[in-house]
Amino acid sequence: MSKAQQLMNWVDDRFPVTATWKAQMSEYYAPKNFNFWYFFGSLALLVLVIQIVTGIFLTMNYKPDGSLIPGTSISVAFNSVEYIMRDVAGGWIIRYMHSTGASMFFVVVYLHMFRGLIYGSFQRPRELVWVFGSLVFLCLMAEAFLGYLLPWGQMSFWGAQVIVNLFSSIPLIGPDLSTFIRGDFVVSDVTLNRFFALHVIAVPLVLLALVVAHLIALHEVGSNNPDGVDIKKHKDPKTGIPLDSVPMHPHYTVKDIVGVVVFLIVFSTIVFFKPNMFGYFLEDNNFIPADPLKTPPHIAPVWYFTPFYAILRAVPSFLGSQVWGVLAMGAAVVVIALLPWLDRAPVKSIRYRGPVFKVAIVLFLIAFIGLGILGTLPPTDIRTLVSRILSFVYFGFFIGMPFYTKADSYKPVPDRTTNATTEQKVRFFIYVAITLVLTALFAKVI
Amino acid sequence: MKLNLRVWLVAAVLCLPLAAFAEEEGGPALDKAPVNLQDVESLQRGAQTFTNYCLSCHGAALLRYNRLTDLGLTEDQIKKNLMFTTDKVGNPMRVAMQVNDAKVWLGAAPPDLSVEARARGADWLYTYLRSFYRDDSRPTGWNNLVFDKVGMPHVLWELQGIQEPVYKTEKVNGKDVQELEKLKLVKTGLLTRLDGDNVDSAEYDKRVGDLVNFMVYMSEPAQVHREQIGYAVLLFLIFILFPLVYLLKLDYWKDVEH
Repeated sequence: MSKAQQLMNWVDDRFPVTATWKAQMSEYYAPKNFNFWYFFGSLALLVLVIQIVTGIFLTMNYKPDGSLIPGTSISVAFNSVEYIMRDVAGGWIIRYMHSTGASMFFVVVYLHMFRGLIYGSFQRPRELVWVFGSLVFLCLMAEAFLGYLLPWGQMSFWGAQVIVNLFSSIPLIGPDLSTFIRGDFVVSDVTLNRFFALHVIAVPLVLLALVVAHLIALHEVGSNNPDGVDIKKHKDPKTGIPLDSVPMHPHYTVKDIVGVVVFLIVFSTIVFFKPNMFGYFLEDNNFIPADPLKTPPHIAPVWYFTPFYAILRAVPSFLGSQVWGVLAMGAAVVVIALLPWLDRAPVKSIRYRGPVFKVAIVLFLIAFIGLGILGTLPPTDIRTLVSRILSFVYFGFFIGMPFYTKADSYKPVPDRTTNATTEQKVRFFIYVAITLVLTALFAKVI
Repeated sequence: MKLNLRVWLVAAVLCLPLAAFAEEEGGPALDKAPVNLQDVESLQRGAQTFTNYCLSCHGAALLRYNRLTDLGLTEDQIKKNLMFTTDKVGNPMRVAMQVNDAKVWLGAAPPDLSVEARARGADWLYTYLRSFYRDDSRPTGWNNLVFDKVGMPHVLWELQGIQEPVYKTEKVNGKDVQELEKLKLVKTGLLTRLDGDNVDSAEYDKRVGDLVNFMVYMSEPAQVHREQIGYAVLLFLIFILFPLVYLLKLDYWKDVEH
């Protein structure tokens, strides 16, 4: 026995390194027919690591201090961010990775969620995987919101003001609650300090725990696949390994690394050439230091919140209260977690679903992207009307799901996994193209 | 893999409508600023204009004087030609005027200009600095086409001269309304010439262009360096790492039946 083997045995007798590696990686069998959509889980994990590592380095020079540098109108916090950008060695790259990472996290997670939606990955027995995932999404939104205050620019300040004020619309406790959240009557240094604490330790801890729970739940039941068939039904009689599977390591590790490199190409292009991303990743107005006395004419949240923000604005006040918009926005997030109990389809994958679901999902996509576009724009009468219609479509997709999935027609599901035929690929491409052309047209018109 | 490529393309297309939106803004049309961060001489001239004309009211507190060594200047040159408010070359470009005093004296404190180019955009600055006109209703005697009722006077008026507004009369709901049509140079400055009705402002435009170029540099000194590193990173990822990991994947997957 080699020295290395002896050392490994010594450790394994005391801590299950090899057993865990085998159970989770080298002898964890995943369906062999994963397609493009299955890259985004591992990519989300990658972005999480990028955010944590760059975040640690940012905290070494960032100062959560809203007080002004004497004689200027620049706060210590705003200055420390620019200090990182200018005087810290490699600071700009760390900060741009973090700011781009925040937006790319949502890009990746939205695509990851869409995958779950079209292949029925939320269905029995993966309900808890989906619920944990929804909680991860919720945490991510909180984390992004808290972090956006830290540069202490105009959009940071007024964005936080608007969102915290939402809580004050809650009857009875509302005003006190929003004061409690801010720790002051307006967003101030106190708010900045506590948001910093929550952003760098409280929420990340919860987020990490939830990600672990998401993965444990997934590995307990095994991964779904684009066909939605159960690979455990056909096992090799000798080894007990599912016939349509490959081990996670090395097959999916090497495949995911290809995804990682392609992702890094996109990521680096943004970090090095378009870190502002045309004002969508870093808003122009956030380069103006926060000024509590000067409200910007148009306060827009960062792009990843805009679909929900549009829903918030679409709901009119009722019985003298604005709380309904807040409730609708909350419901728009929560309803995602309820998917496993809304879908009555006998099949998982969109490949074997009928035309009704396909139409529903295209409408949903249009509504989500459309609301996202509307959320970035200042409201007008026509835009408010369209936001209302799209909000109905958004909620209709979920609320109507038990009914239309029951009434839909379905194709027989194959026994074993398949790969998409060229015809299916082309058709899928056409659907996506039509959806995107329609949304682009919509964006031009509105 | 074919599908993958296609979907990546689709993802790229997805960003297009967003990009189209970034262009839309209200207000008068902006002129394109001649920004070229490779042009070190232009940046040096811009720095000169900035320290001579802007840096008495506006600070650039996020920029240190010795950062200008990026522009090919020595610390000695910076000290002799550009420093008027401090004698330490590692100091940030601060002004002596305190913000609270400025509010009393001028009504509003002149904003710090360190990252102004990122907040406003180069084109806005370029147009703004060329769009001042006489307006006797304003306390300073100056107004601006892209920033109505601006508190700042036309600091560069000696260079540009004096522009006056030309109004046209339009009927709105049956009433005659005066609408500002364009600006007309009525008195030349050091960098402009008038020949009958022909205005030659090329020299002034160039001076402002250099200034805006410098302000763009100042808003993010790392940006030139950033793009250079970016090319190296992308070349490595696309031509070295991607082929390697793709071949690795193919090798491991060659025995898996599809």
